[in-house]
Amino acid sequence: MLLAAEGDGEFHAPTVADFFPPAIFFEGTPFEFNRVMLVRVIAAVVLLTVFVIAARRAKLVPGRFQNAIEMILDFVRNSIAVEVLGKENGRKYFPLLATIFCTVLVMNITTVTPFLNIAGTSVIGLPIVLALWTYVMYLGAGVKAHGVGGFLKNSLLPPGVPKALYVLLVPIEALQVFILRPATLAIRLMANMVAGHLMLAICFAATSFFLFDAAGGMKLFGAGTFVAGFAFFFFEIFVAALQAYVFAILTAVYLNLSVEAEH
Amino acid sequence: MMISPLNTSTADVLAAEETTANLLLPHTYDLVWSLVIVVIVGLVFYRYVLPKFQAVLDERTAKIEGGLAKATEAQEEAAKALEEYHRQLAEARADAAKTREEARAEGTVIVAELRAKAQEEASRIVETAHRQIEAERQTAAVSLRSEVGELATELASKIVGESLQDAARQSRVVDRFLDELEATQGDESGAQAPAGSSVGKEG
Repeated sequence: MLLAAEGDGEFHAPTVADFFPPAIFFEGTPFEFNRVMLVRVIAAVVLLTVFVIAARRAKLVPGRFQNAIEMILDFVRNSIAVEVLGKENGRKYFPLLATIFCTVLVMNITTVTPFLNIAGTSVIGLPIVLALWTYVMYLGAGVKAHGVGGFLKNSLLPPGVPKALYVLLVPIEALQVFILRPATLAIRLMANMVAGHLMLAICFAATSFFLFDAAGGMKLFGAGTFVAGFAFFFFEIFVAALQAYVFAILTAVYLNLSVEAEH
Repeated sequence: MMISPLNTSTADVLAAEETTANLLLPHTYDLVWSLVIVVIVGLVFYRYVLPKFQAVLDERTAKIEGGLAKATEAQEEAAKALEEYHRQLAEARADAAKTREEARAEGTVIVAELRAKAQEEASRIVETAHRQIEAERQTAAVSLRSEVGELATELASKIVGESLQDAARQSRVVDRFLDELEATQGDESGAQAPAGSSVGKEG
């Protein structure tokens, strides 16, 4: 898909059609299966295989493999869960955060995985499902901690503000809590991965065009675009990890805003 | 050459955007497959992977805490042993010092005793020697007196030609001789001459 421009002498820029490839089977049904869904299934299978094997072989004294897996989980536990939510709530919500972090990370990293070459999270469905999970969890946590009334009052009526301003603040806060938080979670993740894929694809498509189809001196541009593509490759690895971290830490922050005592 | 393909590609992008769905609006199949994947991953993580790692982690924490407690205990024991050792060492040193002091005192007494005994022995030996010398001197004096008398008498009788068999006379002569001898004891050569002359006068 990245090197789709080969052969016919024209420069083919990647398009958003990359994210909606033709169906492989079940076309037209709710179970339509295409290349992006396949990438997601492969990534999920790899993720589960690695973690289940690690868990099955988990020993008191960890080996190198177990250490690597535990490093990821420790990162989520210490740098996200406990850091944001404190010791008690951090431990309580660690499974949610660990699952979200690992899922987003593995689905993001497929954007630079050879032969997969597209992020599982670059089509909005998966980010929406994950964001909805976060949404349900932080609403549920707030209601559980303060009751429906208490949670609404906590979320919508920030203290220390003149009462007249609530006319303005309540709609803004409601929009924030009930719509913008989950929407930005999903869109931020999807947009980052779409942009990354397009940048990578443009660089390599241009490299292919310059090297094989351009005339004479224009071929030199191919070296430049190849270097840029290489740089974007590493940048994408960084973005993949960063977006997983951002998604998980925002989930923790929203949970904390819901459960923490009234300010 | 360059311009036309790029123009075409812009047109491609525009066409694609018109024909394909909005990036922000999910297809049903997209949501379905996403949900399936998230549910499966979530179930496996919640039910198996995370509890397993948590258990291992808890076990490790317990082991480490147990190990630390054991180490503390061992350290305390070692400190106690060291203290006991120091105490015993001090005791032993005190004992040794006491023993040395006693030995020194005893030694002093023994030396003094020995010295006194030696002194006594020495004085005793000296006294014995004195007495023996005195006794020998007297014996010598007695035997000398008789032998000298005999010798002198014999000599005198031979010189004078006169028999001095008469005991009374002989004894008188000897006594007189000895008295003269004693009187002139200081000068030997001076004593010799009067003795000779007295013997001669006697004859």
